[in-house]
Amino acid sequence: MKKLIALLFSGFVATAAVAQEAPDVLVQRVTEEVLEIVRHDKDIQNGSTNKVIDLVDKKVLPHFNFQHMTALALGKEWRKANPQQQQQLTAEFKTLLVRTYSNALTSYKNQKIVYKPFKMAPADTDVLVRTEVQQPGSKPVQLDYSLEKMEGGWKVYDVVVAGISLVTNYRDQFGQEVRNGGIDGLIASIANKNKSLEANQKK
Amino acid sequence: MTKSLGLSGMRKTWQWAASGLLALACMGGALAEENPHDPYEGFNRSMFAVHEVIDQYAVKPVAQVYDNVAPLPVKAGVGNFFGNVGDLWVGVNSALQGKFGDAGVDLGRLLVNSTVGIFGLFDVASELGLERHDEDFGQTMAVWGVDGGGYLFWPVIGSRTVRDTFGWGVDLMADPVGYVDSVPVRNSLRGLRIVDIRASLLPADKVVEEAALDKYAYIRDAYLQRRRNQIFDGRPPRQDDY
Repeated sequence: MKKLIALLFSGFVATAAVAQEAPDVLVQRVTEEVLEIVRHDKDIQNGSTNKVIDLVDKKVLPHFNFQHMTALALGKEWRKANPQQQQQLTAEFKTLLVRTYSNALTSYKNQKIVYKPFKMAPADTDVLVRTEVQQPGSKPVQLDYSLEKMEGGWKVYDVVVAGISLVTNYRDQFGQEVRNGGIDGLIASIANKNKSLEANQKK
Repeated sequence: MTKSLGLSGMRKTWQWAASGLLALACMGGALAEENPHDPYEGFNRSMFAVHEVIDQYAVKPVAQVYDNVAPLPVKAGVGNFFGNVGDLWVGVNSALQGKFGDAGVDLGRLLVNSTVGIFGLFDVASELGLERHDEDFGQTMAVWGVDGGGYLFWPVIGSRTVRDTFGWGVDLMADPVGYVDSVPVRNSLRGLRIVDIRASLLPADKVVEEAALDKYAYIRDAYLQRRRNQIFDGRPPRQDDY
């Protein structure tokens, strides 16, 4: 009985620890878990898009806030979209980001990830976790994550590679699409892009 | 002799750049609705088209062969070698920006890597904790308060603002490779450097192809963001507002 209680208790402690996982710990844990899988998966190393998307879906996406990312990508145009359009935009943008940047994982070889020192105040709800990708013969590449505190734990809302936000880098392109065809035009453009990427992949 | 050759080549580059800028100034006025980040968009898009063709048929295939054929230690050695060649100028720019501590590190790197690192082939300095910095004259001018002055796209060279096109010219004049006496060696080194840089960008190609709705705009905005990040040494003030 004692053992059982101890077991239950330890399980409870573990769950609580996960819920309160600090943002830097979260980034490091998820990164290491994903890279560990990539290192041992020959299919992913050979560029299997389906497999890598599957991995990202399971391990990475639960820690992302795509609605915030989409709003950030659209900038002031976001408010021109009604709730239904916002939902469609978020869904299409999510598909685009996942597909394109999951593929980047397939080119992972022998890079080393270095986690930069991290400090935050207990009251902080918006933080930047800084890491660096090192590989022989090249300048280290800065890889930073912006996270916000939400009910389900910390969520990533921006990823910045070498100073380039993968999210806000879309702002001018999206703005142009909205000027050309309105919010619906933008939704259609991203959807078309996703469709053509999917069609190419099947070849 | 070498110097005069280098300078006459330089002069030609300047004449070419100056006439290009003049043409731009005329075109800029003609465009009706312009992007505030990209006043010369019409010119840039045509240059981008030229660049894409040159890249597809000349630069990229060579870089791909190099990437496939050269073993990793060779590629690392080449990258380290050019990094070492550039460290003196990086140090000068750190100093010009008032970062004397960084400048000391840059010179320390040059000393360590040129000797213990066997002519820069091995980056021993990084192993010792002497961090590599990323500086050039364009960044120095930005720190001095010189405005970017509009975005430009040049074939082969790629994205540069007006300020950074000028800075790039100064970087080229300060480049030790330009002072190598033997012309074949000098040209080989320049060629190898272009191939090395292009090869390092190969993994990004697919991502840009797939991620961009408009490849030209995606590359432009990525360049402008990266430049801003470099100028602020990796810690730019936030500007995400919506």
